[in-house]
Amino acid sequence: MWSRQNIAGALAFAALAVAAPFLPSWLVSLATIAFANGLVVLGLVILWRAGLVPFGQALFYAAGAYTVALMSRYTGLRDVFVLVAAGALAAGLVAFLIGLLLARYRDIFFAMLSLAMSMILYGVLVKTETLGSTDGFHVETGTFLGYAPRGAALGLALFWLVLGTCGFAALLIATYFVSIAGVLAAPVRDNEIRVEFLGLSVDRLIHLKVVISGVLAGLGGALAALAVAHVDPNMAYWTTSGGFVFVTILAGAGSVAAAFVGSFVFELARSIAIDFFPGTWQIILGGALLLTILFLPEGLGSLAGRLRRVPEKAS
Amino acid sequence: MLTAFAILTDGLVYAAYLFLVAVGLTLIFGVMKILNVTHGSFYAFGAYGAATAVGIYFERGLPAAGGFLFMILVAMAIGLVLGVILERGILRFVYGKDEVVIVLVTYATFLMLEDVIALIWGRQSYAAWQPMVAAGSVEIGDLVLSNYDIVLVALAAGVAMGGYWALKYTRYGRLLTAVIFDRETAAAFGVNVTVVYTVTFIIGAMLGALGGAVMAPKISVTLGIGVEVIVLAFAVVVTGGLGSIEGALTGALIVGLCRAAAVHLVPQIELFVIYAVMALVLVFRPYGLFTQAQPRKI
Amino acid sequence: MNAILSVRDLEKTFGSIVAARDITLDVPPQQVVGVIGANGAGKTTFINMITGHLRPTKGSIRFEDRDITGLPSREITRLGISRSFQVAQIFPSLTVFENMCAAAAIARGPDSMLARALVPLRSRATLEEADAAIELFGIGSWRDARSATLPQGVRKLLDIAMATVGAPRVLLLDEPTSGISIEEKFGVMDVVMSALKSRKITVLFVEHDMEIVGRFAERVLAFYDGTVIADGAPAVALADARVRAFISGTRPEAVAEAADA
Repeated sequence: MWSRQNIAGALAFAALAVAAPFLPSWLVSLATIAFANGLVVLGLVILWRAGLVPFGQALFYAAGAYTVALMSRYTGLRDVFVLVAAGALAAGLVAFLIGLLLARYRDIFFAMLSLAMSMILYGVLVKTETLGSTDGFHVETGTFLGYAPRGAALGLALFWLVLGTCGFAALLIATYFVSIAGVLAAPVRDNEIRVEFLGLSVDRLIHLKVVISGVLAGLGGALAALAVAHVDPNMAYWTTSGGFVFVTILAGAGSVAAAFVGSFVFELARSIAIDFFPGTWQIILGGALLLTILFLPEGLGSLAGRLRRVPEKAS
Repeated sequence: MLTAFAILTDGLVYAAYLFLVAVGLTLIFGVMKILNVTHGSFYAFGAYGAATAVGIYFERGLPAAGGFLFMILVAMAIGLVLGVILERGILRFVYGKDEVVIVLVTYATFLMLEDVIALIWGRQSYAAWQPMVAAGSVEIGDLVLSNYDIVLVALAAGVAMGGYWALKYTRYGRLLTAVIFDRETAAAFGVNVTVVYTVTFIIGAMLGALGGAVMAPKISVTLGIGVEVIVLAFAVVVTGGLGSIEGALTGALIVGLCRAAAVHLVPQIELFVIYAVMALVLVFRPYGLFTQAQPRKI
Repeated sequence: MNAILSVRDLEKTFGSIVAARDITLDVPPQQVVGVIGANGAGKTTFINMITGHLRPTKGSIRFEDRDITGLPSREITRLGISRSFQVAQIFPSLTVFENMCAAAAIARGPDSMLARALVPLRSRATLEEADAAIELFGIGSWRDARSATLPQGVRKLLDIAMATVGAPRVLLLDEPTSGISIEEKFGVMDVVMSALKSRKITVLFVEHDMEIVGRFAERVLAFYDGTVIADGAPAVALADARVRAFISGTRPEAVAEAADA
């Protein structure tokens, strides 16, 4: 659990938390969104380890986001902790229900069914006038246990909220990765039938993974809704799901830290690319993904592992 | 009564459109086991190419039917070139890798080609309405049908029948069928699978471009049309069964009619009825309508 | 003495094809049964029905006086019947030790999925159980090798060892020596049979090599055309005229020699 990657990640995390007030605000906002999205990526890693890649995680992301937005608008609740918890819970419930069906599928059909579910939500959101159709709607600023920061202080508060949530999630998932359910991902990926014959229901194990990844995605979406202060149906669109999968492949499934580092590097790269190459940034990022798949199939996170392994071999 | 008829005609036209877009995708999956996201790019390139071709052609005041033909030929030529470049340049390096990895490769190229389209054609939208307007319309009772739509349906039917006949009765078609069933055995029998892959991909690309070309007169050709269409094509192909032309046709008909019904009766569900149908089909037929499950022998 | 495994009028049809029919037998505890027959005779269908991979069309299966007909494989495994596979079913990307830990964790672990998400896999009990099974089957020198790189004999031993970590009372081995060279077959079977005997496990093994059957089986079940045509001590069953005609061939002396060895 405390691999070198995770220790490095934890230290970087602590350093960021302390350094935040001194960093430029655009970087803090970028990091806020990146880490929120990192939660979605972490959920994808959980499923990827078991050999499954859903193409519709945006369903849970949007569920979390819209829960926050709707609760904030209609109940007057503003406390971010309550809203985020509600978002994660709602997404978890959706994941539990959808998972009952989804867990019976594998490979491309798992991916496609997941995609279909997210597009159904998209369709509902776009056609619902009260939710602002394609424009979505604004999310009111949240409060932090009574404290109501504004301006730069709000940016910092949101950042620390996201950082704290991610840290908490990272600890839980790191524990999960060494648990029976977590370690059994590789056997399921390798030879599902043998796992059944050894006495475990693979469908139920996958259902658990779908729920956990759904909760994480919902958590990410809830935080994103507060950070961006806006929700729109695009959060459920397939390209949003595609973006998450993109980052997951780049980051690799090696460790919990990889999900957040990968997400941050991606957001930074995308920002820079859009700023400096507005007409060709998709070529650049698409090319990066292509190169990663061709030469680093385990993602960029595996690079860190490789660099360390070489000296060991030489001795 | 009128509504029912309108649903039927709208449904058929939409089904024709879906089939033309999806048939190339299902062919590529059937033979190569690749779910090709770049198919959306073929569609987009076909539409843009058609728009440009229409622009060039109709300036000269030549007969409209020729314009239609010219537009299709230009689009399919673009599809051919694009197919060759992608298959030889990128795809052949990832054959044999995990299914999902290949999908991601095609997703990456799709993203890249979105920018390429913008670089070539800019960010404005294009119109190519001339063939559609020139074709005129026909009145059946209270309903007005566009002749262009009728041509669309005829074309789709033609492609369906032609494709089915080619697969069943030509030598090359039977070769393709063999590879669809079992690539290894076909190779062991001396089929040059590499060539088959390349040819299939090119045919798929040309069909995708054809789909885009044929739709260009009906829509506004802008950035993002590939993004919308690819997820529709996925739904049709998965519903019908990956790799099956009958599946693509049936899937297109079911989805087309359901969507038309939604548009006329319950417009709120128009956008997602397609995916709901797909999800429903998958519940009862986990591999799509026309594919059998392959049990694993132990 | 109560039979540990009882089968009554078992039948399996696939449409118009009758893969197995009229199978009735009792297996006493700790007996070692050799199951022979040509390909397609119904042996694997028989095993698949007992282990829950196939649901019988007719008939019943009782294990330790409990009806297990039609239960799914994972439940049958949990109740105490395990199997190994003709083509070794292992986890190729994991080491031998990791394979064994996975099997042990599934067998020993908590029943609720949620608990499995919280309990670490590498608990002391699991690690000890895994190491014990590796020792018992003599594959200790391969402990940290990636199982995809294992030679065939070791793969089959791993496959069988994984089936034993759940402390099954009955173990069905589907062609345990298939793919193993002639020189090594007997060695592998020696290791397997002594391991299973020490654990007091009732064994049914499918085998095509009649010398191995003669050597290790206390009882022989001969399958032909979906049903059992002979059931008895090896010397008797293998001398049966129909068994000789359809399955074992005409040199029972070789069997007797192997049995005496």
